[in-house]
Order: sequence, then C-alpha cells, then structure tokens
Amino acid sequence: MKKISWFEATTLEEAQREANATVSDFLGKEKADGAIIKSGGIDVLDLMKEGLIAPDRIVNMRNIPGLDQISYDPRKGLEIGANVTLTEIENNEGIQINYLALHRAVAKAATPQLRNMSTLGGNLAQRTRCWYFRSIDHPCLRKGGFICFAKQGENEYHSIMNNGGCSSVYASSVATALLALDAQVVIVTKDGAKKQVAINEFFVPPHVDASRENILKPGEIITAVTIPPSGRSQKSYYIKEGTRASFDWALADVAVVLEMSGKKCKSAKIALGAAAPVPLRAEAAESVLVEEGVSPATAKKAADVAMQDATPLEKNGYKVAIFKAIIKRAIEKTI
Amino acid sequence: MDTKKIKMPYGITGEKIQEVEREVPITEPDGWPVNAQLKQVGKSIKRLDAEAKVTGAARYTSDMQLPGMLIGRALIATYPSANIKGIDTSAAEKLPGVYGIHIMKNEDDREYPIIRYAGQPIVAVAAINEDIAEEAIDLIKVAYERKNFVVDIEKAMTPESPIVYEAAVEQEESEGGEEIAEGLKLEGNVRGPNQGQPRGELEAGFAAADVVLEQTYRTQVQTHNALESHGMIVDWRPDGVTIYASTQGTQGVRDEFADLFDLPRSKVRVIVEYMGGGFGAKHGLGTYGGAAGHLSKMTGRPVKMMASRKEEQISQGNRPNSIQRLKVGVTKKGDLTAIEQESYGTAGVGLGAGVGGVAQGMYTCPNFRTRQYDVFTHAGPGAAWRAPGAVQGIFGLEQMMDELAEAIDMDPMALREKIDPSRIRKAARKMGAERFDWSRRKPKASDTGPIKKGIGMAQSSWWRIHNLNATVEVKLLRDGALEVRSGVQDIGTGTKTILAQIVAEEFGLQTEDVMVRIGDTLFPDAPGSGGSQVTASITPAARNAAYQVKMKLFDQVAKILEVDASTLKLENGMIFSTKDSSKKISFQEASKKLPVSQITATESRTPEYKGDYLHWDLGSVQFAELSVDTETGHIHIDKIVAAHSCGRPINVRQVESQINGGVIQGISYALYEDRILDRNTGHMVNHTLDTYKATYAADIPEIDIVLLEDYNAKSSTDAYGIGEPANIATAAAIANAVYNAIGVRIREIPITPDKVLKALNQV
Ligand SMILES: Cc1cc2nc3c(=O)[nH]c(=O)nc-3n(C[C@H](O)[C@H](O)[C@H](O)COP(=O)(O)OP(=O)(O)OC[C@H]3O[C@@H](n4cnc5c(N)ncnc54)[C@H](O)[C@@H]3O)c2cc1C
Repeated sequence: MKKISWFEATTLEEAQREANATVSDFLGKEKADGAIIKSGGIDVLDLMKEGLIAPDRIVNMRNIPGLDQISYDPRKGLEIGANVTLTEIENNEGIQINYLALHRAVAKAATPQLRNMSTLGGNLAQRTRCWYFRSIDHPCLRKGGFICFAKQGENEYHSIMNNGGCSSVYASSVATALLALDAQVVIVTKDGAKKQVAINEFFVPPHVDASRENILKPGEIITAVTIPPSGRSQKSYYIKEGTRASFDWALADVAVVLEMSGKKCKSAKIALGAAAPVPLRAEAAESVLVEEGVSPATAKKAADVAMQDATPLEKNGYKVAIFKAIIKRAIEKTI
Repeated sequence: MDTKKIKMPYGITGEKIQEVEREVPITEPDGWPVNAQLKQVGKSIKRLDAEAKVTGAARYTSDMQLPGMLIGRALIATYPSANIKGIDTSAAEKLPGVYGIHIMKNEDDREYPIIRYAGQPIVAVAAINEDIAEEAIDLIKVAYERKNFVVDIEKAMTPESPIVYEAAVEQEESEGGEEIAEGLKLEGNVRGPNQGQPRGELEAGFAAADVVLEQTYRTQVQTHNALESHGMIVDWRPDGVTIYASTQGTQGVRDEFADLFDLPRSKVRVIVEYMGGGFGAKHGLGTYGGAAGHLSKMTGRPVKMMASRKEEQISQGNRPNSIQRLKVGVTKKGDLTAIEQESYGTAGVGLGAGVGGVAQGMYTCPNFRTRQYDVFTHAGPGAAWRAPGAVQGIFGLEQMMDELAEAIDMDPMALREKIDPSRIRKAARKMGAERFDWSRRKPKASDTGPIKKGIGMAQSSWWRIHNLNATVEVKLLRDGALEVRSGVQDIGTGTKTILAQIVAEEFGLQTEDVMVRIGDTLFPDAPGSGGSQVTASITPAARNAAYQVKMKLFDQVAKILEVDASTLKLENGMIFSTKDSSKKISFQEASKKLPVSQITATESRTPEYKGDYLHWDLGSVQFAELSVDTETGHIHIDKIVAAHSCGRPINVRQVESQINGGVIQGISYALYEDRILDRNTGHMVNHTLDTYKATYAADIPEIDIVLLEDYNAKSSTDAYGIGEPANIATAAAIANAVYNAIGVRIREIPITPDKVLKALNQV
C-alpha cells in the first residue's frame, strides 16, 4: 500500500474542505490522488488493500462531535447520526420496539466485531462486494471497462433483477430495511447546505452511472438518517439469508413494513436487497397485500409476484427460490 | 540386541483389556499400564504454551523482526497461461530502498518462468519495507505472450483442450502427502492411471451381486487458508544460514535448502517456535522460502517473505477436487462382491489428486480395481491437505455404502457391521451410536414442515504411521531439572506438551517441571508433521531416552546406596530399592550427587514391537444431525458425535481439540468452502476471507467426542496420531444426513443452498 497521510477532522467543515474524492474518482485509473472520507474504515481499507483505490490522504470523520446520537420524537420520528455504529443501533431498545426490521437488519449484518466498527454512514456508502468489481484483474463496467464479467462468468451471488448492464448487488443489507421504512438521508453539500433525500434517490443504479452506487459527490457528507414515526399500527420485519450464519453477506434479504387497520392492510412496503444493483421496492407484491389483505395465501402470492420479472443468470436461479421463501415468511412474521 | 519380555495392555477401553507379552529391546522401559493408572499421560493437561498463545506473547514467524531485515514481496502473473518475452526490472532497481530482485524460474533451461496459472509468482523483490517492495513490484514490466488456458477439469480432459505440460511430468510428494506414482502416461492433460493394488475378478464379483450400483461423486478444491500465511525469513551469513520458517517440518526445510544452495546440512539451521496453522502445504521450502534464500544470499541481509492472503489462497496449496465414479456390488445379505473405482482430480499444475486407498482397504470385498487419474489445469498447485485422498475418497465411498444399504433394505450401521473387519470401528460404532442415539433415525424425508431434520453417519480409515527417523535427547541436570530437546516442531497440535508429559511420567514429576526445547534443527532430527505420524514417532523416542537417563542415574545411586541398580525404583520423588526399602534417596539428592553436571541420553524411535495390532488402521465413526430448510436450501448442523481412536491418547484435551478442529474443517468442506476460478479469465475470484467461505463461529454445532483408548502394545508409549483421522468422515456423514432429511441424494460438495434447492426442484 502506498503512503498515506491522515487528517483528523474535528468539524464537518474541515472534513468537507479536505475530502476531494469519492471511491468512484479512483476506479479504473492507474494513478489518482485524492483525499477520501473514512468513518469506520472497513470498506475504505478493503478497497485500498485490493489496490482499487489509492488515496494519498484519509480524512477521518469518525471523531467529529455530534454525529453519534440516536434520537426519537413521536412526531418527527427517528434520527440516527452518521457515526452511530451498527452495534449501537442493534442495542437501542426503542429501535427494537418501533422499527424491528431495522433492528434485525443491523443485528444480522457482518459480525459482532465488524458491527462495533461499522458506522451507519459508512455502511450506506460502502461499495458492492461483487468479486469482479473487487478484483484489479477485472476491468469491469464499474471501473470504466466495457463488460460485466459476471454475466458470462461466476455469478452465483449476483443480481437476479435489473441486471441488464452491471449485475452486482448492493452491499448494505441495512439499506434494505431503511428503504422499506421510507428513510431519508441527510447530507451536507459542499456549500454547507443540508439536504434530505429519500433513500431510494440516494442509490444510483448502474444504467444511470455505473461508476457510482450513490449520489455523494466529493466533499458531501451524510450526517444522519431519519425515519418517519412508526405509529401504532405499523409493524415491520426483516429476514436475511446468507450462506453462513455470520461473517457473511446476504444472498437475499427482505424487509416488510405493514400498516394494518384490523384485518385490512392500509399500506405495505416490501424492500429487497441483494436482488438488484440497488435495493428495490417490490411494488407489485405490495399491491397484492393492500388489495387482498394479509394471509398465508396472499403472502405466498405476493412473494411469487415479487419474483415474476426476475431474470436470473446462469448460476443464481436459486436466489429466486430463496426470495420467494423469505418474502412469504417475512410478511407472515410481520403481523 | 538383548531383549526382555514385558507385559503390556492390549484391547479397547469399554471392552475387554487383556495383558499381552512383548519381547522388547533391553534398552526400553517396561510397559505402561492403561491411562487410568498413569499420572501425567492420558490426562487433560493444559498446553505449556497456552498463556503465551492467548495473551499474544507467542511470536510467530510473521511477527519476527530481525535487525537489518528486508521485506520480500512477489510479482504474480496476470494471465493464466503465457510465455514471458521479457521482464524489465530497471525502474524497480533504481527505486531507493530496493536491495534485491530475483526471478522465480520454474524451468532450468529458460531465462523466464513459464506461466501456468494466474497468480503464479514470477519475481521477488527485497526492500527495506513493505511499501517500497510493493512500489517496486508495480514498476516491474512483464512482456507476456498469452496462450490459451483451461481451468475447468472436464474441459481439460477433452482432446481439444489447451495443454498445461507438453512433456511427461514427475513431481515429488510432500511429507505425508498423497502418494504420487512414478512413470505414468501423460495424454493431453490427463496423467495416469494409478492402479493401486487390484485384487480378484471384477466381472465375477459383479455377477455374484444381487444389487450393483454405479454413481459419481464430486468434491471441490479447498484451499489451505492457514491463519499465518506461508513464508520464511532467511538470514544468510558467511558462517551459516538461519531460517525462521512457518513450517510443518524443520528437517525438510533444512534439507531442501541445503540441496538447493549446495550447502552442507550442518550450515543450515531452521527454527519454528510457534506455527500459525499447517494442514499439509507447509512442508519443504516452498516458493517463498526459496526466493527469500536467493534474496538473502544476494543482499547479505535477512529477508522475510510471507504470502499475502490472496497469494496464500492462489499459489500456496490446496486440496485437489475429485470426480469419482464408483460401481459396487452387494448381496442381499450385505456382503460386498466387487468395487470398481475410477477418479479424476486436478491439483492444478501439481500432482497428487487421487482419492486415496479407502475404497481399496477399508471393507471386506474380494474383488477390487481402481484407476485414479490426475488432470492438469491452469490453476495453483495442490498439496497435501489433512488426510489427502482419504477425505475425497470417503465422501464417495461412505455415501455409496448408504446407497447400497438402502437398496438391500438394511440399516446403514448394520451394513457396516457386516462388511467392516475393524474391531476398533465396531467399538466406535457401538459407543458412538449410544451417545448419539442412532435408534431415533427416522425414514428419509419424514418431517412434514419446510424444515426437515436428518441424521447420518460415516466412517473413516487412516494408516498408523510412524517414522524411525525421530530422535529425542533428554538431559538431567544437577538441580534435578529435566530438559527435552528435539528438532520436532509443534504446529499447534501440542507436541511440546506431550513430550513433557512423557518425560514427567517416567520420572514421577509434573508436566510443567519439564523444559521442552523443540522446533530447531540444532537439536536431534525428527519427522515433519504430516501423515499424523509425529506422536507415534516421537513419544516412544522420548520415553526411551528418559528411561535411559533414569537408568544412568540409578547406576550412580546404586553405588551410593550399595545396592544392585536393577532393584531400584523411582516413585513420588524417591529412589528406593525394592529389595530393601530402607535403602533410599530422594531424586533431588541423587541428582546433586552426579559426578558431572548432567546426564544425557539420545534415543531414536525403534521399530514397532512384534505382535498383532487390534486392527491395522486408525478408525473413526462420525454421526451428524442437521436441519434442512427446504424452501431456502439452508443447512444447519445441529450436532456431530465423533468417535475416534488414536492408540493410547497422551493428552486427552489436545486430542479432543484436534477432533474439534477436524470436524469443523469437515463441516466447512461439506457446506461452504470452494475455490472459484473464473472460467473466462482464469483468475480466482474468491481469494478474500469474506468470499472464500469457511465455517465461522456461529455455524459450529455441538461436537460430542467419544474417545477410545486402543492398546496395541507396539511401542513404549503405544500412541498414534489423530490430526488427519479427525477430518475424514465429516463431509460424508453430513451428506448422508442430508439425504435422510430430504430424501434426495446430493453427491457433490459443497452442499450449498443452490444444490439443495436444485435437488428439490425448486430452481
Ligand atoms: C466480512 C464482512 C461482512 C459484512 N456483512 C455485512 C452485512 O451483512 N450487511 C451489511 O449491511 N454490511 C455488512 N458489512 C459491512 C460493514 O458492516 C460496514 O458497514 C462497511 O464495511 C462500512 O462501514 P464503515 O463505517 O467501516 O465505512 P468506511 O469504510 O469508513 O466508509 C465506507 C464508504 O463510505 C464513505 N463514507 C463513510 N462515512 C461517510 C459519511 N458519513 N458520509 C459520506 N460518506 C461516507 C467512505 O468514504 C467510503 O467510501 C460487512 C463487512 C465485512 C467486512
């Protein structure tokens, strides 16, 4: 690894002034200099170790005060600072009670040691774990190349939907729960202004720009994630299937958020992770529940509907079966 | 040689233990009773280095820093098959901090290596630190002439496949590795067949069968993935070379290094105090040890060269895969009539991809034939991997036995009862089945919900290997201190501790009273840790040397006490005459009266005593209980019961620890691990620890161990190995349990959700 310098940011302004690059600015370039933001540092370091990025400066935002709080207001909802660790989210009782899907998504991610280090901001902005993307020997679409190696290659862990171009899947499984919970991402822009974007607008699908996976520009920083109040009638659940019980990425994961009024389903949100290059809402499946209510039969129908447009690759057809099983189970578990 | 007749225990605990008479060299001690009557041996004694390991005080090769040491890094091949037209190192040479550059040839008569797999090391650079070494690597330009390649074994077997080697290939097996037959035919990429030892008439055998089944089983390539990667530090000085090595064999490294650099063996010293994982691939010098040697010789400084994680996965060894076809005949009564085996496996650019001798030797069957082929592919070389061959072979054989049992409507255990001549496995089956409660096994696929439970079992066989080239020196000093010295290494298996136990037992002391100095070729030679041979080889030598020291001490004491030395005994710190108990002296006092400051004795392993073994092999029986989620394909292992024998267990906790490790690696092999090479680029895509899936803590079930003591009266300790036997049966037991759970047989590992769902027609 080449020599790096370390900048210890004490304010957001400092961090923004110093950081002049994001991961995509390095990709596919033999020589690129730049300063990159680091919070937990897990993904930054992994990308450096693989030789995919070679920043000359690390801007540590982990110790900027004020970004490590979790607060809940029954009217405004939940706000989680960007530097809050996954472990802190996992241990927060309010989140476990009111946002079970988020609690479960966090608790099933990575390993206890990794969760102690991972921050929410870093988790959302981490890059895909596609093994071609992560390999310097494969100049893929995301790195300015012309092909997706997974298409004709080893694609057992790749996407089964929206995979016409790049067929990677989004790494964060926490994002799946946040998508179903209608979260907003709070970002400070280079000029110091704050903006809130709906999480589905935070993700950038490859057909828009294959070199990036989120909208962050150099010097932009996530300060928090907010989630609307949960209300009494809202219930949620989350299921992740990995090859292993721990230390593993999702083969498939799903978050379900339902608002029930008696037997009627007022609203349904179903988000799928590891299905497509960015987390997806299964809208057709949601309609099934809203129109036909929630029962084992409609849960199964919704799961089938969610997968009806799947376009699995040579080796990942099994993921469709897993999705069907866990979507059905997650719906049943929610109520 | 003078001999004496001694009495020794013979039999299996839990069954009847007899006493047998053995004629042994006069220089060896009397037989030990069974473990229950010993004080240090056969107990669960804490490792001598436990604290050092858990506190991080233990320093491994990768931790070592020597004054003036350079760091070596390697440039690895970008393409899977190529000729190199030129290597331009000029820019790297000019980089300040670079001291040496060495090209890693693989063909004597060529200037540059021939590239036969992506990731093959090409050039090694030594620089003052890792950063500069890596920068130098980036500055080296290699001109490749790319060639077609093949990484898929079945494609490699076709006539139109690109060829890995143009001419016949011979390679030496590593210590304890899968046997490599010499002079076999090479046709395209296929070398063989190795035919083992055929017997009987296959046709007649199949004709005599009521049922003949034929099936193909497949196993994957598994990498070694040792926590401490492969590598060494070579410190070349004018008066001799010192090597700090992460190795399974000090002597092997010394000999290979001396041969390579044409040095007398006396000028090469190899040291390994702590070793961070070795499963068969850490024998000999290895690519990085050799490169470090060249660089140290060139620069006159110590050079450390350790593989990166990626290199560890790609070039430092793996368990070859296998495609095994088995055809077996059985009578309705459960007698095997014929076994025909044909296997193909790839060790990449290496050899040794057979499926071992388990089909040949484990069960009674008059007619047998095997044909085992190696297939070359453009992939990193295979190496011995914890019970090489047997792990693959048992996966096929033990599933086939279950398939036959079902075909003749017999319980799988009952079939083994019929065909297995081993009384040790018979005892293991009995005790294991009780512990596991085999009687609760239900018909296949009986559970009605989506989660289906299943149980299964499988057996294994491994040789009782010992090596006469195992020497130990025992030293008694005037203060009564005892020291054991041997070149043998402790690769985490606990060798250090058992040596102390043996000597402590002989002198009636506590294990921690004995100082053990090993892992250094300054001390007497001993074999490498391979073939599960170390305990069987080194412990009798240690006991015999300790006995000799004791006899020399008794000679001194006899003079002092004015008694005949042969009447003396040492118990609880006192030496006394069995003829006259008033004639006594404490061990401490006696040591003080030594005429010179020390007594030493050096003994080597003696041949096995004459007389029968209980059974020729080391047997195990493992039972698996698991749950299969038929909707997600996920398998959860609920429990493993492992019934094992290893002769006389020396340290029960350490034996259990080996069994735990073997079972865990077996689970990992059955369900998770798989080296994946991209078929279009030839690169390994899952070389990181998160993508190369090995069992993680949360996936490890309860492992319940039934440890048999099997006394064979064959040496002064009567101990055998456990490292490899522990790893053999697990995957087959799991596959059999999966079948019991879902009623569909999956004949290929790893049994991933993909394979389960396909088997259940869900994909
Ligand atoms: C083996 C393994 C398994 C894992 N399994 C899972 C899993 O199952 N599910 C899951 O969700 N995650 C998983 N992870 C991810 C892990 O939990 C971390 O969340 C992730 O690696 C990054 O978090 P970090 O805080 O270390 O980010 P960093 O490495 O510090 O940053 C990641 C990226 O985000 C940028 N960044 C960081 N903070 C901000 C900010 N506030 N604003 C703008 N940009 C920012 C950085 O510049 C960088 O590009 C796993 C990781 C590993 C290594």
